[in-house]
Formats: sequence, C-alpha cells, structure tokens
Amino acid sequence: MGKNLFQKVWDDHVVRQLDSGQYQVFMALHLIHEVTSPQAFGMLKDKGLSVAFPGRTFATVDHIIPTDNQSRPLKDDMAEKMLQVLSDATAEHGIEFFAPESGSQGIVHVVGPEKGLTQPGMTICCGDSHTATHGAFGCIALGIGTSQVRDVLASQTLAMDPLKVRRIRVEGELGMGVTAKDVILHIIRILGVNGGVGYAYEYAGSVIDAMSMEERMTVCNMSIEGGARCGYINPDETTFEFLKGRDRVPQGADFDAACEKWRAYASDADAEYDDEVVIDAKDIKPTVTWGVTPAQAISIEEIVPSPEKAEGLDKNLITDALDYMKLQADAPIKGTKIDVAFIGSCTNGRLSDFQAVAKVIAGRTVADNVRAIAVPGSEQVDRDARAEGLDKVFEAAGFEWRKPGCSMCLAMNPDKLVGDEVCASSSNRNFIGRQGSPTGRTILMSPIMVAASAIEGSVADAREVFGLQEDAA
Amino acid sequence: MSIAKVAGRGVYVPGNDIDTDRIIPARFLKCVTFDELGPSLFFDERFDGDGNSKGHPLDEDKYAGAEILISDDNFGCGSSREHAPQAIQKFGLKAVIAGSFAEIFHGNCTTLGIPCVVMDEQSRSKLAEQVQSNPNEALILDLEGEQIIFANEIYPMSMKASAREAFLAATYDPLDNLLSARDQIQDTAQKLGYA
Repeated sequence: MGKNLFQKVWDDHVVRQLDSGQYQVFMALHLIHEVTSPQAFGMLKDKGLSVAFPGRTFATVDHIIPTDNQSRPLKDDMAEKMLQVLSDATAEHGIEFFAPESGSQGIVHVVGPEKGLTQPGMTICCGDSHTATHGAFGCIALGIGTSQVRDVLASQTLAMDPLKVRRIRVEGELGMGVTAKDVILHIIRILGVNGGVGYAYEYAGSVIDAMSMEERMTVCNMSIEGGARCGYINPDETTFEFLKGRDRVPQGADFDAACEKWRAYASDADAEYDDEVVIDAKDIKPTVTWGVTPAQAISIEEIVPSPEKAEGLDKNLITDALDYMKLQADAPIKGTKIDVAFIGSCTNGRLSDFQAVAKVIAGRTVADNVRAIAVPGSEQVDRDARAEGLDKVFEAAGFEWRKPGCSMCLAMNPDKLVGDEVCASSSNRNFIGRQGSPTGRTILMSPIMVAASAIEGSVADAREVFGLQEDAA
Repeated sequence: MSIAKVAGRGVYVPGNDIDTDRIIPARFLKCVTFDELGPSLFFDERFDGDGNSKGHPLDEDKYAGAEILISDDNFGCGSSREHAPQAIQKFGLKAVIAGSFAEIFHGNCTTLGIPCVVMDEQSRSKLAEQVQSNPNEALILDLEGEQIIFANEIYPMSMKASAREAFLAATYDPLDNLLSARDQIQDTAQKLGYA
C-alpha cells in the first residue's frame, strides 16, 4: 500500500517520538510576523536561548501596517512599537526581515510562495492560522501559537500529534463565474466549520488539477475555516512551473533535480486515506456567507435559511446569526445592501485576483454609497499589477488602490468597518466583530462577486452583472 | 509541576463555534507582551460601545472568581492567536470544559498549562445547569481519573491522550524536552539538506 503526501512529509521530518505520545517534528520553514512573534523573542531571552536555525526563519510585517501611509514612524504608536520590536529581534538573531518598502514586504502567506521559500515536501509553520495556504505546494503547513513560535525559534521543531487525512475530490468542471473561493466556501458549507478537526485535507480531483497555483492557494488558505489542521494539494507540473526561476528556488540543473525530489512527495496512486469526500463541480455556484461562520454560506441563487426549517442544524446558531446580520430568514441574499467592498487578504490578494476583477470592471463604476478598496497582498503584487495598469482600472471604477497589508481582513490597522456596516469581502472570516467594528457585518465571497456587489451597491451575481455566459467560454 | 487536578468554581458561557476573535478582539492584539490581556477577555461580548456591562456571565456577581470555564462545541475556532488562552489564563481561569475544541487553540492551552476537557452534550448541559444553580460550589477536574466531580456527583469527561499524559508528567510545556534532542535535530536537518 502506498503513502499519501502527509505521511511521506511527516515521516521525513519526524525527529523522534516523545514520552507523551506526540512526535517531535522538524520545521523546514518558519515564517513570522509582528503580531504573534515578538513575544516569543522575549520568551527566548527569559530562558537565555538563541535561535537554532536563523536561516530557516523569515519575517514580514502585515497585520498592523496601514495601507494608506506606510512611512515611519507609523502613526499608531503601538503599531510602530510592534514593528520596531520585530525589526530589532530579527536583526539581533540574524533573521531575514522583509521590511516595509524593501520591495519584498507583504502578507506572510503571499510573500513565502512568491519568493519561492515555500517548496514541495516541506513542513512549514507560522504563528498564523492561514499558514495552510502553503499547502498548495504540497507542504504540511501549520498555524501555531506564540509559545510554539518560541519552540521553533529555539529548536526548529514542534511537538505534535499525527493527523488523519481526508481526501476531498472535486470532480468535473466549474461553471463560468465560479472560482476557487466558491469551491472552498462550498466545501466548508458541506463539511462544517469543525468537520476537519483531527484531519489534514488533501484537495484533489480534476477541478483542483486544473487550477493555477494562486487558485490552489485560495483553496488551501481556508482549510482552517473548515476545522482542518492543514490542507494540501499534491505537487505537479503546475507547481514546478510556478516555482521555476523564483528567488529562493534552485536554478538550472539543480532545479530539475529538485523537481524530481518534489514529485516523489506526491501521494501514491494506491495511497490510503482515513476518509474521502467527492464533490461534483456542477453543484458549486457562486457562494456567499449569510451568517457569522464561514460554513453559514449559500449560493447566490438561494434564500437565507430559517431556523424553523433547519434540519440537522443548530437552530440557536441560525437565530443568533440572523439577529447579528440583521437579515430576514427565507429572503434572497441577492440584493442585500452593502456599504463597503474589500478585495485583498491572504485568501484573495494575489495578482490573478486583481487581473480577474480588472477584466470585468473596466468601464463600470462602483455604486455611490459604497466605499471600495483593493489591497495588493505584497509589494511584488503591487508592482506587477501597476506594470499591467490594473491600479488605474480599479481607480477608474471607483476603487481605492492601497499599499500592501492584511487591511480590512482583521482590522488591526486603520482599515475598519464603522458601526453595523455591511462589507462584501474577499477575505476568509465573517466572525462577529472581525472587521474591526463590534457590530460590523461581513459577507464573504470571491473577488469578482465583491466587484459585482460593489457596482450594484448590493450583493449581486457576478455572472449576471458581467454577462458571464457558459457559451462565451 | 504536574497538573493532576484542577479545582475551582465554574462559569458557563453558552454557544457553539465561539471563535478566538470573540475571545479576544483583534484590537487587543496590539501589544508586545501578553501581560495586560486579562481584562479584555470576551470584551465585546461583555461591554457595549460605551463600556457598559451587557450582563455577560463572566460579569455576574455570582460567578466572580470562577476558575473553570464551561462552553459548547468547537470552542476556540479561527485565528491561532495565543492571546486567546493567555487572556483566559490572565483573567484567572485555569481550565476549559467544552463539547469540542479547535485544534490550534487546544494546543496553545495545553502548552500554557490550561487543561481542555471534553464533555458530551448531555453531561455538559446537566453540569452547566448544576453550576448555574450552585455557583459557590467548586468543581473538581480529576485528570488522572478522567472524571469531573461536582456536588458529590461524578461526570464523565475525556481528554486528548497526549495532553493528559503531558499534564500528569509535567511536560505540557515541551520546550526543555524538545531541546534535549539537539543532536537528533541536527541529524534530521543534515539528512534533509536543511542544515
């Protein structure tokens, strides 16, 4: 019987089994940012420890960085302090820091792949739950807490339990206007926000095979929203093509040798899985959330659920979510008025996201009552987008084109909802208060759906707004 | 120091899928140490925009000084922020009982010495009810015997085996243990070309 990718990468990186029954696992790549990591350097200092493998940790700043004015010192004193502590600690310990305006700064899960730091067969960790993003390259990519950041800095290892693996096969062909974001929202809707607890998700099937690396990153990114500890996709020619020529990837003959090694990590044809789910691409429509968890999602064609008719669902959760969102049960989600449109984040802040939107918004205008912002995921994405003139297309349509950062995904920076504003958002979480206002409301969707909603001033179907027809493909 | 028993009064905060943004809203993550997080626990659930109490269980007089938090399914989902269990601990809570836990949160709690205890819905709702009517009575979490004792009654509970083992063996903070394998770590790094 063959092995799946999780088992192969795990076996390679296990240092030993611990007395508790957990395993000590070597981390090939450690990424850090200013919110969850500065405290870990303090913990090291308290224990008189140094960084074991400084060349395997890389830092960036993303959560607290303003997207309007990034000049130093930052206006917010505490944000400036967090940035300074990270900058000092990385300098002291010899860790490479992709600082603002270095040309390399950006959201940690955008920067790692674009620099080629993320490579197939690696174990990767970061004090950030969306680390699962890197699984798109065939990695075990784990979100960790600050004490674990300390563990990795000090030992380059983590104590962890092995995971079961669920293969999720998405088979068929996606319809026009249906994107990677819709695929993952649909998966979470079906399997639930805690369906993945104890599991790594392996995404497979013809739909995943046909996706670009950026689309695969969108899918893996939200694994955590389905409760999975991580999610991954087997490396293939698409993966190698993406990596070829990137900064930190072997070049020339070394690259070919690396590809051979990477290819061997892919799950064997006869690999065993603890569970398997098959999803028909035909069932996936443009999907939007209506509630306060990413699983509270419906297709744009459906009506908002009612607690009375909910079968097998928690009625209290539905009632509370409808109360918070101020939505009517049994009413269409389409047409729900929005105040803000946000395109960006580690889920959907890459070049192809902005390309896809630019293609459809050219010549159209954001509705008067909507504040719309587009936030590139990194300085590199910003440069590439500008080189293609995408910033001008967005600005002409009424979007503000911002500087790179996490922005309104979690509102630890000046980009926030005000009061009970409704935001059509390409980010990953619609939790209560997530976007910075304790009463703010988030509706998650794909970037082109955000664009369509921005233009209509209300939740809209991108297929209708932009005339995306099946036969036009 | 091993953690074999946790005793303290309980407080029930009902709800499934309580995420770490609710446990500690992102604006309180602007800090470079965890020291001041205690008062911010569940802040937006407890206080309105003007800072007035919304009557959250944590602020009810009868639960003042409670040390064991009881909640429902998928507690601690979402962000990996260790600020969430840090805030729980700094608030004065020593253990969490829930229907189930999100994994990153569970791992963070374990490392900090906060046992996460799982109870099925039936026993949990009975326990929550009992705690609500006898808020001055202390709960005893018996990690060794894998049971909860409250008002002379025994309730079944379970824990992740590796976490329970680590609490009993005082190895829930794994760092010293991890560092004791320095040579093996180097060997693994060499083998994988990471050295």
